[in-house]
Amino acid sequence: MTKAIPVRKFDAIIVGAGGAGLRAALQLSEAGMKTAVLSKVFPTRSHTVAAQGGVSASLGNSEPDHWTWHMYDTVKGSDWLGDQDAIEFMCREAPNVVIELEHYGMPFDRNSDGTIYQRPFGGHMSNFGEKPVRRACAAADRTGHAMLHALYQRNVRANTQFFVEWMALDLIRDEKGNVQGVVAMEMETSEIVIFQAKATLFATGGAGRIYSSSTNAFINTGDGLGMAARAGVPLEDMEFWQFHPTGVAGAGVLITEGVRGEGGILRNSDGERFMERYAPNAKDLASRDVVSRAMVTEINEGRGCGPNKDHVLLDITHLDPEVIMSKLPGIREISIKFAGVDPIKAPIPVVPTCHYQMGGIPTNYKGEVVVGAEIVKGFYAAGECACASVHGANRLGTNSLLDLLVFGKSSGNSMIDFIKSAPKDLPEVAMADVERSVARVARLDNQTNGTNVNDARLAMQRTMQAHAGVFRFNDMLKEGVKKILEVEQMVKTTMIADKSKTFNTARLEALELENLIEVAKATMISAEARKESRGAHVRDDALDVPETPNGRDDANWLKHTLWHREDNRLEYKPVNLQPLTAPSVALKTRSY
Amino acid sequence: MTTQSVKFRVYRYDPDKDAKPYMQDISVEVDTTTERKLLDALVKLKVVDESLSFRRSCREGVCGSDAMNINGKNGLACITDIDTLKQPIEVRPLPGLPVIRDLIVDMTQFFKQYHSIKPYVINDSPAPDRERLQSQEDRKELDGLYECILCACCSTSCPSFWWNPDKFVGPAGLLAAYRFIADTRDEATSQRLDDLEDPYRLFRCHSIMNCVDVCPKELNPTKAIGKIKDLMVKRIS
Ligand SMILES: Cc1cc2nc3c(=O)[nH]c(=O)nc-3n(C[C@H](O)[C@H](O)[C@H](O)COP(=O)(O)OP(=O)(O)OC[C@H]3O[C@@H](n4cnc5c(N)ncnc54)[C@H](O)[C@@H]3O)c2cc1C
Ligand code: SF4
Ligand code: SF4
Ligand code: FES
Repeated sequence: MTKAIPVRKFDAIIVGAGGAGLRAALQLSEAGMKTAVLSKVFPTRSHTVAAQGGVSASLGNSEPDHWTWHMYDTVKGSDWLGDQDAIEFMCREAPNVVIELEHYGMPFDRNSDGTIYQRPFGGHMSNFGEKPVRRACAAADRTGHAMLHALYQRNVRANTQFFVEWMALDLIRDEKGNVQGVVAMEMETSEIVIFQAKATLFATGGAGRIYSSSTNAFINTGDGLGMAARAGVPLEDMEFWQFHPTGVAGAGVLITEGVRGEGGILRNSDGERFMERYAPNAKDLASRDVVSRAMVTEINEGRGCGPNKDHVLLDITHLDPEVIMSKLPGIREISIKFAGVDPIKAPIPVVPTCHYQMGGIPTNYKGEVVVGAEIVKGFYAAGECACASVHGANRLGTNSLLDLLVFGKSSGNSMIDFIKSAPKDLPEVAMADVERSVARVARLDNQTNGTNVNDARLAMQRTMQAHAGVFRFNDMLKEGVKKILEVEQMVKTTMIADKSKTFNTARLEALELENLIEVAKATMISAEARKESRGAHVRDDALDVPETPNGRDDANWLKHTLWHREDNRLEYKPVNLQPLTAPSVALKTRSY
Repeated sequence: MTTQSVKFRVYRYDPDKDAKPYMQDISVEVDTTTERKLLDALVKLKVVDESLSFRRSCREGVCGSDAMNINGKNGLACITDIDTLKQPIEVRPLPGLPVIRDLIVDMTQFFKQYHSIKPYVINDSPAPDRERLQSQEDRKELDGLYECILCACCSTSCPSFWWNPDKFVGPAGLLAAYRFIADTRDEATSQRLDDLEDPYRLFRCHSIMNCVDVCPKELNPTKAIGKIKDLMVKRIS
């Protein structure tokens, strides 16, 4: 047996210090709850910092807007897979949480009357889909940076207790399945500690690193999903991954949709504004899945640009250089640094790039984790790692930063209620999960030969990129499932030579890979099974015929996927088409 | 695919096994079409020698993780072009902070100073139902201040910070202090000035400008420090 592991006790534990984790932490700290926030990186280094374009709210600062229009757009954007109770909740709360953020000190850009500046963004329309509306509240093209820093700063004021560079390894559940906390490792010393609390929130962000080409940071390895899956919590809708239309070709670094919001145009090798053919109404500001597919179609049909005809061009040379300098300074910097072009003078080469995971840990709009009809007691999730589900099959730009604020706050509130109603004393920690976690680390420390971590990760990323990309094919998906299960075997036998106890990043990467592979399996298996096209999941054998327009098959597939780790079993649950107070947004074929 | 061999001299130190730090000579092949940044090369190096330790996350210059000393100058590996560097590229941890391992330094002192300036908007007036209004001109005052990514390139190139890391706030902290002073929504200017009116906290800055020279976000802490000093003079007269 292992020597006794120290236990630290709190009211609440939050794993993750990105936008979602910090918003929840604020709620708890300001309510006087003893809260521990764990993060693999210093809070302001979380990937929320990279968000560029904006956060949506129907403030109507420049033109009329209403939360019901926002709700309509979000349901339509989700291709009707989003749960309408959660979507209503988010869109209705949006103005409140954005105003709150302004009060916290967020340096939003301003209109001439001193109100928050708003720009148009893909899929956000006025009057139930009529024409683009200015709904994205922005701080230049550094909205995520400004937001993350403002939230961190407010937490400094609230005296939130941070455990920086601590990696959570596994979730702890007792015999009844109730969540008791996490096992975590201090990265600097490799010390393992049990963090016990009445309520535990996962806000661990995305897992874009399952693909070779991604706008995500190195640290976006789906740890929350891996931990949840290992603890027997199923993952929802993992087949839905957003490919952002404009990643810098070759580098993967994101160019915000705000560029098209400010007037940027996509062009093919003929110089044609091809989006006019695919989305006559919204054109370059159609929903992301629509634009990404149009781009891949252009490239596949030989109208790509560059020597290899493998990308298209994002053109803003017609914009006033002043506008570029003041509204898109970060984009200009990225373009010069990563594409080698100054967008004032020449267009930027771009390709669709893996960007955002719509699926995740299943929750309701209060942030409670829900499996079947049951709430998992003491367990909450918010942000990109959670699936409420507000984004359904395709997320609208700027709705994620909003999701972080709304559901960070609501899960914080749910946790406060739960903590207040829970017995004062914490019970004994159930050791089964703890031992499993310690054994994972021990395996790595003892393994003296086996698979190289980098090789296994590359094999996974190549498989995902080739078999579960923008367009999906039945044969490729079937083969993809086989291959990813082979990669899983490689991951089980990874070996690291570095056994140091001091800041061992090789070991951290090996542990992260064990989370990534869970996400990759969930994605491939869920995608193979969904025999229709919906939102970001598009397969060639789902035919665009009158019964299933755009290949979407509501009769059979208007339902959420749940993937179970222990036997790769899939289960389905109905979509909630019933909002809280508003009328339901009725099913319709999606066009922009 | 064209490859290029990149030569390195890297600072290495693992307290678990090394009695003292040493410089390691090592080279690595990179694909010149896709691996153009120093961080790409370091990631490749780590494939060859997995024990090489450094922080990194966003790989696009916004998170502030991978600040290091590159050929004698502080910078972010992820936005530094390999092409622009003389080889062998000498890579060391940020100077002046305790080394934990290899290129990873202990940033505690740096963040302590940041926290010491109360880095949040202080405004005790009841908030309106809507946003607090701010003119475009007033908002512009925050440009060049709020973009700081807390990478510490500036403070760890500042001689005054090396000598008094516990007493001198340093360029990053002072830039942040001015960010809040300059914000029309903040009501604590005089309290903030009082706090900095100290022979060490502010006045250790001798305008050597190293900080401006290295800031990867092209911010100007010296200018912000000058503005704080101006405000102090103004309030005496
Ligand atoms: C380049 C880019 C631009 C974007 N632009 C926009 C935009 O303009 N508008 C918009 O709405 N959305 C945008 N998005 C999406 C949005 O930014 C993200 O979905 C969102 O920021 C995720 O926030 P989060 O709080 O869920 O996670 P993150 O910010 O990723 O934070 C995750 C946190 O979890 C911690 N963590 C993870 N695993 C562990 C572990 N095992 N132990 C301890 N801590 C752990 C990390 O350290 C980190 O603190 C963009 C995304 C990208 C990549
Ligand atoms: S200008 Fe001041 S803060 Fe900047 S390096 Fe010189 S002494 Fe340090
Ligand atoms: S001022 Fe510049 S160098 Fe200093 S911490 Fe901020 S971003 Fe880094
Ligand atoms: S990795 Fe984020 S700044 Fe370089």
